[in-house]
Amino acid sequence: MNLEAPIIRIDGLIKRFAELTAVDRLGFAVNRGEIFGLVGPDGAGKTATMRMLAGVMRPDGGAIVIDGIDAVADPESAKEHVSYMPQRFGLYEDLTVDENIRFYADLFEVPPAVRRERASRLLAASGMSKFGRFKAGQLSGGMKQKLGLTCALVHTPKILLLDEPTTGVDPVSRRDFWGILYGLREEGVTIVISTAYLDEAERCNRLTLLHGGRALYCDTPAALKARMPGALIAISSTDGRAARSAITGQRGVSHVLLVGDGVHAVVDDANLRIPQVRDALRRAEVPFDDIAVATPSIEDVFVALLETAGVP
Amino acid sequence: MTSPGPPAQARNGDQVVADDLVKRFGDFVAVDHVSFRIARGEIMGFLGPNGAGKSTIIRILCGLLRVNGGRAIVAGIDVARDPEGVRQRIGYMSQKFSLYRDLTVEENLRFFGGIYGVPRADLAGRIRFAVDMAGLAGRERALVATLAGGWQQRLALGCAVLHRPPILFLDEPTSGVEPASRRRFWDLIHALAAGGVTVLVSTHYMDEAEYCHRAALINHGRLIAIGSPANLKQTALGGELLLIESEALGATLAALRDAPDVLDCSVFGNALHILVRNAAKSLGELPDYLAAKGLRPGHMTRIAPSLEDVFVQLIAADMASRDAAA
Repeated sequence: MNLEAPIIRIDGLIKRFAELTAVDRLGFAVNRGEIFGLVGPDGAGKTATMRMLAGVMRPDGGAIVIDGIDAVADPESAKEHVSYMPQRFGLYEDLTVDENIRFYADLFEVPPAVRRERASRLLAASGMSKFGRFKAGQLSGGMKQKLGLTCALVHTPKILLLDEPTTGVDPVSRRDFWGILYGLREEGVTIVISTAYLDEAERCNRLTLLHGGRALYCDTPAALKARMPGALIAISSTDGRAARSAITGQRGVSHVLLVGDGVHAVVDDANLRIPQVRDALRRAEVPFDDIAVATPSIEDVFVALLETAGVP
Repeated sequence: MTSPGPPAQARNGDQVVADDLVKRFGDFVAVDHVSFRIARGEIMGFLGPNGAGKSTIIRILCGLLRVNGGRAIVAGIDVARDPEGVRQRIGYMSQKFSLYRDLTVEENLRFFGGIYGVPRADLAGRIRFAVDMAGLAGRERALVATLAGGWQQRLALGCAVLHRPPILFLDEPTSGVEPASRRRFWDLIHALAAGGVTVLVSTHYMDEAEYCHRAALINHGRLIAIGSPANLKQTALGGELLLIESEALGATLAALRDAPDVLDCSVFGNALHILVRNAAKSLGELPDYLAAKGLRPGHMTRIAPSLEDVFVQLIAADMASRDAAA
């Protein structure tokens, strides 16, 4: 077995629902032991892609190879390597946390000694050790997600597929959740995670940005940010609207966006445009404190890439 | 710890005044002594986890829920005394847009115009305004069900402002809307605010606080921080943030947990985020500290915290103090 080869490779993947093409000739490869993100807004095709990877939905075209197995021809063999946590993980709400874990450990035929050690470690990592006797139905949304992850992990899968595990989860639980994922990565587990929070892309090792069932981009978060055409500048002003009118339409200035503290804009060359913008603001007598180069967010890059790709 | 501040001084033009609001459901305290004020034309963001009490506070201010303590004044009216008067002066948009999907854009606007009591003589003009504002010109005859999420969202906002309310309450209006539409929506909010409309908007997207003039962080029914985005980032974190790249993330993380002046550290993608007391000092000292443990970190630099970094820190501190009190 070649450990350098991607553990998952999909190519030309297609899924149609009646007239809607949910996944449109999608291709990417996931390396062994990385956290790979499927990132995009609602309706981008994330869930359909996850279901096909998990072998619970048949593609209408294209290839999926998981650890050397043709997963389209032989989904049952491919499934043995994969643990899949759908958006709504099947927790038994009237069973306790401990009972849910025991149920899944039985299902996955995990030896008792292994399961105890693993379950207590996962619960500790998610700050849930005290909740073993709580009914799953009593837990908050974030805790349910962490329990779902614990159940999906009582056995040790090679590949973990997580479909939007952090949607609607509070930020502290979200951070715990990612802490667990980084721990699993250290153990060598390969993780594919989908998310509609574009900022979560930065937590992945590599990611693909999805829109309309297609990949806009696939690489590391740092490389993705480097793809931002030009630079982002932040103008702090007490009159953002006046600042916006003063600089909109200026040469080399685009995507002028009002924010709470003033205005953000994309410029082709910060060294050239910051003095130009400063002059324009002074001419228009707009009050401003500071103009600085800002780090673009993944959302800034996403919006810019959509335009480059000619997507309306 | 950023204090929520004293009950704000009475300022001229405050359109929303929440003074020591308390709301209980049985034993559960959903809103726990919350006070704040919102000035005319201000955009105030309400941020916090699901179940933190954001929607409950908004419903109190709309006159839909009675309080167990405290007082709310909206558009100069005491909400408890005259909820009906308040409702005539506010626009409300909920997460689920409450549009009629089997009616057209124009039929929805007519219907809500009727509900809000827009005078017949004004209705055509107001519908024109809403259609233009929402960028729906040419789509007046389209069934709502056929519109994408972003269009429905702008139509729902159009419906909420038909009767020219001076105050808008928006409860998670941007959930599930794609980024370009989300930006366009915030642009509309800013345009309304510039026209003097006061806006209170809740969201669980932490980054959206950037669009607000001020943001309030709600956790377990309590207001744990309030301020401008820049102000929150400068003061609320209780330290400065470093990014450290490393080939050996796990070992470096373990070593840094015990390092002097390190308040918190976590893995972030291909790097570590480290909260330290003083960035310059730690940037000078940490390379030697790690080298002594046989670790050779890569690039190290100070980074600006995101609002999410700030909020995670504040919520964690709030939870720790609650645990300590319990």
